[in-house]
Amino acid sequence: MNIAIKRLLFIIVLLGIWQGIYVAGLYPNYIVPSPVTVGTTLVEGFVGGDLLRALAASFKHLLIGLSLSIVIGTLLGVILGKSKQADETAGMYLIALQSIPSIVWVPLAILLFGFTETAVIFVVVVGGTFVMALNVRSAIHNVPPQFVRAARTMDTKGLQLFYRVEVPASVPYFIQGVRLAWAFSWRALMAGEFLSNGPGLGYSLSFAQDYARMDQVIGIIIIIGVIGAVVDMLVFSKLETNVMKRWGLLKT
Amino acid sequence: MFLEVNDVGKSFHDNQSGSFHVFSNIDLSIEQNQFVSILGPSGCGKSTLLSMVAGLESISEGTITLEDSTIKQPGPDRGMVFQEPSLFPWLNVEENVMFPLKNSTSKQEAKERANTFLQMVHLSRFKHHYTHELSGGMQQRVAIARALAMDPKVLLMDEPFGALDEQTRHILHDELMKIWQETQKTILFVTHSIQEAIKLSDRVVVMGTRPGRIIADFNIDVPRPRERDDADVIQLEKDVMGLLEGEINKVLKEELSYEHSD
Repeated sequence: MNIAIKRLLFIIVLLGIWQGIYVAGLYPNYIVPSPVTVGTTLVEGFVGGDLLRALAASFKHLLIGLSLSIVIGTLLGVILGKSKQADETAGMYLIALQSIPSIVWVPLAILLFGFTETAVIFVVVVGGTFVMALNVRSAIHNVPPQFVRAARTMDTKGLQLFYRVEVPASVPYFIQGVRLAWAFSWRALMAGEFLSNGPGLGYSLSFAQDYARMDQVIGIIIIIGVIGAVVDMLVFSKLETNVMKRWGLLKT
Repeated sequence: MFLEVNDVGKSFHDNQSGSFHVFSNIDLSIEQNQFVSILGPSGCGKSTLLSMVAGLESISEGTITLEDSTIKQPGPDRGMVFQEPSLFPWLNVEENVMFPLKNSTSKQEAKERANTFLQMVHLSRFKHHYTHELSGGMQQRVAIARALAMDPKVLLMDEPFGALDEQTRHILHDELMKIWQETQKTILFVTHSIQEAIKLSDRVVVMGTRPGRIIADFNIDVPRPRERDDADVIQLEKDVMGLLEGEINKVLKEELSYEHSD
């Protein structure tokens, strides 16, 4: 059977079960709304512009935050990758920082910046920076030594060796880093916005919770999931496959 | 003398076992335009010696000089072809061959030079391909073109055809012979294949192991092109094999005894 048909059938079955539970009336409507109600709420949200505004705000936070975390993460990663001293001193702490869930940074951000968009962006930056730094660091550690040896026999050293060989050789890991940084930033963004004063998708979610609007809660969860999957599939997964192929790391 | 290896030794220092001598007191003089093979069992240090000539490995004792200047680091007077693929995958074939020329010539000139050498290895048609689209043999030909493009005085080759299949290897042997005759380069060629060494070289330097040292130095004056069933070639192969058998057995014995003592 065609993969697309399989996936479509799966969703239809899932919606059917949902509709079944709704029709059976086991739970009150405000706890289990029907799929149709959720669909209508979503359409209204988009037509009325509320959801679009929230989406736009979220993407703004994400774009600023992710860009900053890529820049800062790359700088940190290059320092740790190139300097053994720096790596021995601070490398371990980077792994420790990376393991902190991003929601933990929210209170810190709010105390620092108040209930502002800056606080949200701060959480996004922290969410993406460490994973980016770790990937750039291993990118530099994993430059194939035969590339460096070959370049040295061709009179290439120092700064030239860095930007003509080590940087391009690192690109596949760099792309992987960006992909992971996006995934982590996206999660951090939702955590940050959820506890903010808006605007943003995460804030809309907490707003819906306050007014016990289960239809909105489910609808926004669906949007968040769809965006996450679509961006990963359309942008990052494709980019990574292309780069890996070109760098000969993937057999076609 | 053109290339002079003078009383050279290599030792590695290890915090646990102290220092380990790969070889010492190696003397070797190579004339210009000569094709010299260094042949030996694994562990004899032949690749290390080549890397020292390239300037990639430090020299523990003695000196290596090329036209009277002492070798301390890599330089454009020595081009190297490695066994493992060392082309840059982010560049296409032409850009790879242009890589060593970026600093010294204009882009147009570099392009022309690259194309000359790509023609020499019969890969002009593939100049816009990326390396992952080429076979192993084609990649090594690009690597040879890249090393020649910077016009080195010596071409160093570290088991360049070791990872290729038999047929491809034979084709590349013939190509290398043509290139050598055309460019008049001095070639220092490391291999563990007796046949390869005898087929290609003016001179075969045989190294033994534990400790690494030169055990024989053959001049091969069989006229080229050399056929495998030529009586002189077969006799030479036998002579070298006889010399090496003892060395290879020594390595095997040692490896086996390691396994038991561990």
